[in-house]
Amino acid sequence: MSATIASRAKVRRWYQTNTGSEALWAYVFIFPSLLLLFIFTLFPVIAGFALSFTKWDLLQPWQFIGPDNYIRLSQDEVFHKTLGNTIYYTVGVVVPQTALALIIAAALNQKVRGLTFYRTAYFVPVVTSTIAIAMVWQWLYQAEYGVINSFLRMVGIEGPKWLFSLTWAMPSVIIVSVWRNVGYSIVIFLAALQGVPEELYEAAKIDGAGAIARFFHVAIPQISPAIFFVLVMSVIGSFQAFDLIYVLTQGGPAKATTVLVYYLYQNGFQWFAMGYAAALAYVLFAFVLIVTLIQWSLRRRWVYGESLDR
Amino acid sequence: MSALLTEKAQRVSVGAVRAGRRLRIVQQALLHAVLLAGAFLMVIPFFWMASTSLKTLDQVFAYPPIWIPNPIVFQNYVYAMTVSPFHIYLLNTLKISVLVTIGQLITCSLAGYTFARMRFPGRDAIFFAYIATMMIPGQVTIIPVFVVMKTLGLLDNHAAVIVPFLTSPFGTFLFRQFYLTMPVELEDAAKIDGSSYFGIYTRIFLPLSKPALATLGVFTFMHNWNDFFWPLIMLNSARNRTLTLGLMEFRNLMFGLAEWHYIMAGAMIALLPILIIFMLAQRFFVQGIALSGIKG
Repeated sequence: MSATIASRAKVRRWYQTNTGSEALWAYVFIFPSLLLLFIFTLFPVIAGFALSFTKWDLLQPWQFIGPDNYIRLSQDEVFHKTLGNTIYYTVGVVVPQTALALIIAAALNQKVRGLTFYRTAYFVPVVTSTIAIAMVWQWLYQAEYGVINSFLRMVGIEGPKWLFSLTWAMPSVIIVSVWRNVGYSIVIFLAALQGVPEELYEAAKIDGAGAIARFFHVAIPQISPAIFFVLVMSVIGSFQAFDLIYVLTQGGPAKATTVLVYYLYQNGFQWFAMGYAAALAYVLFAFVLIVTLIQWSLRRRWVYGESLDR
Repeated sequence: MSALLTEKAQRVSVGAVRAGRRLRIVQQALLHAVLLAGAFLMVIPFFWMASTSLKTLDQVFAYPPIWIPNPIVFQNYVYAMTVSPFHIYLLNTLKISVLVTIGQLITCSLAGYTFARMRFPGRDAIFFAYIATMMIPGQVTIIPVFVVMKTLGLLDNHAAVIVPFLTSPFGTFLFRQFYLTMPVELEDAAKIDGSSYFGIYTRIFLPLSKPALATLGVFTFMHNWNDFFWPLIMLNSARNRTLTLGLMEFRNLMFGLAEWHYIMAGAMIALLPILIIFMLAQRFFVQGIALSGIKG
């Protein structure tokens, strides 16, 4: 008893000597992080916006040209194609990836034996370098000697030229992307599914719901926050696709796989059109911003059982 | 009479249970068939990479494809390493990844502790700014940062790929969430001992945050190890290249003659270290991802 009184007194004394310094110390502690964030994120975002109103090739002094870059964007046919490709890629990746991940996570959640083995297998591509795995896929897709076409030949099908085909190049890239990232979504869905209370399934079972009905009417609504999170993350990630395309197609054939960030890279770092590249970066930023704002506003209405105290 | 009925009922229910069990076995078999097929598809490209990397050139282009190389040619790895200085790429990547990881663990845990445990004017506004910067894509900031690095003469210098990543809003967020869950009594005990704020952080909170440190550490390390876009823009010369850049350069050298066995050997060199780390630290990868998904 007396010990607690004594310790309370000590805490009180500690506050008396340290209270004034709390804010000061707090600023000292966040200073390194804040400074870095300021220099490498906040300042560049503003500078980038300013840069998007200039014409600059890094050699000659920059020139203020007003909204000309944005006007040029609206007339640039390559940019329009790029936008279309980006949307094609995003939808092509996000929809099958989320669906596949849900199915596999649901299967893994059936108290299946060897869970660790399966989870490892599905997750391995996520941790590996996109550059390295893109190379093996390039080899798998190779038109004459690649494994995929060799197998197709064995069953009497002449396979397409995959990465060199106007129609197949984008689906080929999408397949690799889904293969690489599906494990990420599986792990999130599995963790969410494991958190669904068993009683809910039992109750549904008593009401006569079959396995599929239980999946759609119990599991899916219960894990909707995770589904929503995965959807948003995948959409934002897909907007920023670059590595795979850099290795597999370099944006080709005939710009069939030139996506937004690849076009940004070409403009900024191959042709040194810094102002135009900055404008492209802002288009990307606008997309990400819109998706994020939609996420914020829809989150509460869409997502089942989301607590409001955030 | 009633005994007979119960016996009958029992027999029926035993039959039902047996049928149910048989159904469950069929279900499990189907489940495993589907899961195994999927796992096979996930793993086969890695197997093919390893297999090709150990083949002679004739075996590489053999039809039908050869799965197990014979003879096994380890020489391809030696060749890859003599053509391209993979050991330098490895050391560069290791240096960059380790420095960035240590930097982030320090700045993020300290900032996370501050946001979670201390009161100061503007705290919520500053934290909101942190959250807001999380959604800014790296491609938006890279052009101005490139210009800054060029002006400072830091292009083709490892500082250009290390310094900008010494902190992260995501890491700060992760630590803040982690520290928010801890009981207040922790600090009171330290205050009785007369600890300073920094002492509370280093002696109480930091030792308790091993799970968060491991999670962020593993993620940051992996991300930097595999990063391509930023080094591609910032680095140039052979002696400064990272593994991904060096591998790309090596592929371009080998691509003309379609020497896939060498290309695959190079890719294996880039993959193996991170695969080994993954196998050892898998728990933290899975925990970290699951955590980020649930917290959202």
